[in-house]
Amino acid sequence: MGWLLNPTTPGEKIADMFIAIALFVVVMGLILYLVDRPKRVPNWVVALAFAGVPLLLLAYGLVRSALITLWSSFFDRTGDTFVRFDNYKQMFTTGQFQQVLVNTAIWVIAVPVLATFIGLVYAVIIDRSRFERAAKVLIFIPMAISMVGASIIWRFVYEFRPNQPNIQQTGLLNQVLVWIGLEPQQFLLNQPSNTAFLIVVMIWIQTGFAMTVLSAAIKAIPDDIIEAARLDGLSGVGMFRYITVPSIRPALIVVLTTIAITALKVFDIVRTMTGGQFGTGVVANEFFTQAFRQNNQGLASAFAVVLFILVIPIIAYNVRQLRKTEEIR
Amino acid sequence: MSGSNTPTFPPPIDGVPAAGRRDDDEPAARKDRLSRLERRAIATKGRLSSPWASGIAIILAILWTLPSLGLLVTSFRPSLDIRRSGWWTVVPDLLGGQAAFTLENYDQAIHGNASLGEFFVNSFVITLPAVVIPITLALLAAYAFAWIPFKGRSFLFVAVFTLQVVPLQVALVPLLRDYVKIGINGSFWTVWISHSIFALPLAIFLLHNFMKEIPPSLVEAARVDGAGHVQVFFRVLMPLLVPAIASFGIFQFLWVWNDLLVGLTFTRAGSRPLTVAVAELAGSRGGQWQLLSAGAFISMIVPLVVFLALQRYFVRGLLAGSVKG
Repeated sequence: MGWLLNPTTPGEKIADMFIAIALFVVVMGLILYLVDRPKRVPNWVVALAFAGVPLLLLAYGLVRSALITLWSSFFDRTGDTFVRFDNYKQMFTTGQFQQVLVNTAIWVIAVPVLATFIGLVYAVIIDRSRFERAAKVLIFIPMAISMVGASIIWRFVYEFRPNQPNIQQTGLLNQVLVWIGLEPQQFLLNQPSNTAFLIVVMIWIQTGFAMTVLSAAIKAIPDDIIEAARLDGLSGVGMFRYITVPSIRPALIVVLTTIAITALKVFDIVRTMTGGQFGTGVVANEFFTQAFRQNNQGLASAFAVVLFILVIPIIAYNVRQLRKTEEIR
Repeated sequence: MSGSNTPTFPPPIDGVPAAGRRDDDEPAARKDRLSRLERRAIATKGRLSSPWASGIAIILAILWTLPSLGLLVTSFRPSLDIRRSGWWTVVPDLLGGQAAFTLENYDQAIHGNASLGEFFVNSFVITLPAVVIPITLALLAAYAFAWIPFKGRSFLFVAVFTLQVVPLQVALVPLLRDYVKIGINGSFWTVWISHSIFALPLAIFLLHNFMKEIPPSLVEAARVDGAGHVQVFFRVLMPLLVPAIASFGIFQFLWVWNDLLVGLTFTRAGSRPLTVAVAELAGSRGGQWQLLSAGAFISMIVPLVVFLALQRYFVRGLLAGSVKG
């Protein structure tokens, strides 16, 4: 039975997978069957049968874990000594970690603003054009690929070769620099601009999301508003500024906050492109480094808690805005 | 050009259009929408023909396509060529008849030392249960929250919704410790359980919203006919929820397939997904572009196919506000 836990061949792995699904189906089926048999069952029993397992998983996996992490953020690297706020103090006073916090702030501001702006402009330009569908897919495709894949794509764009005779650039961006007569750059090594070059990758991924949601919002602007504005003599940039943007404000907020949360948790890109070295570290990446490379559980937990605290206001704001639009509706 | 009408503007009616509202692929609404679309198309014509606008659109489209195209072309070039010259030289070389293409890189990536073929199986084995299990669980929970009146229902629902705030990082270490304690650490089971837990808050919230949109009269009619909760769930609601399930299913699929953090934390040598293998390749053999480029596209092919085939559902999911935090 060892292969149930340690499958080695592809056949064993796939068998394992089907057993897991079958086991799950049988257990859930049994619960539902049992609750459905007797004719008069109190509502709370039925509710427990339907929602019990997921609620239990959430309580165990998220609530309990979050409390443990919060607790261990007040302990030292091995979790043996209670050190109060020392981990947080270290985070906010050490130069290396201050850099991490500053970088995260830059990500959380730059990525949503730029991705949303580009996505909005693109959505407006291609709205109702003949090539709308194809044009949308081109921008949207990066959303489907993994951040690891995107990082490799962009590492290749940033690829550097020293500028010597008989050596040709193989990275597109450096080739462009050479073509216009500049020196090739080590884009991912030179601080502080390397953070900006990582941010470009995230913007490249997220713009499609912004474009899709905003495009749908633009299409939902009522006709009479547009016609009235046109009668008032609005067109082009004026229409964009005074009609389009105010009309889709709720969608803009959803997009901005969603991308901000994604940027806050960025991990894959930083890890795959620079490993957080050369001053490019961010909170989510530093958490991983501290937890699994430096084995500093206390500091890692503190970074996770900071991430947690930073997400709360963004989501709270988002929920309030959504409520408001629902009230209007 | 007067800005005077901005403040008197009626408040926006819908910022995030509901799933059913989209006008480009709803066959039922097509007839009267079409005329509206046409009217708008005519109205916007002036702006579209502006060379500036088209220029910007074309530049953006090129910028967004070129990086992937470059790596794709590279993945088919012989490794010597990759090292010697940039991928864009393929175009003049093709005209001169000097460019060569090969499948050697893919062969090397799948069967060679990198053995990505094995990781491909792992990704597949990880993803399927990690999509099926949370969606099933979320459907059942969403039904309880939507259609079974019980004490503390709204409190629990708000609690579940709030759990979206919890970032994965907060849960990783405590979960890993437990897995080690009970001795299942590094197996596929830990990845399935973890992905299922992490998906639940959003899945329950979204599917609940979809369920609430179903007219109560349908459920009541079934009730009058003597159907219990289980029957109502399977016979009445499930068939109506297929589009919602599809859209969240694609989301979860892409998210699990593309995930790096969970895979990196909970798997060991024999169970690593493709993303982890490719990321490691980038770390250890960062200069071997013949391997990296082919590896990157092997890891992308499944999500790309799923995405392009089921784009409609994916977009519907996006517009329903379904966004993984």
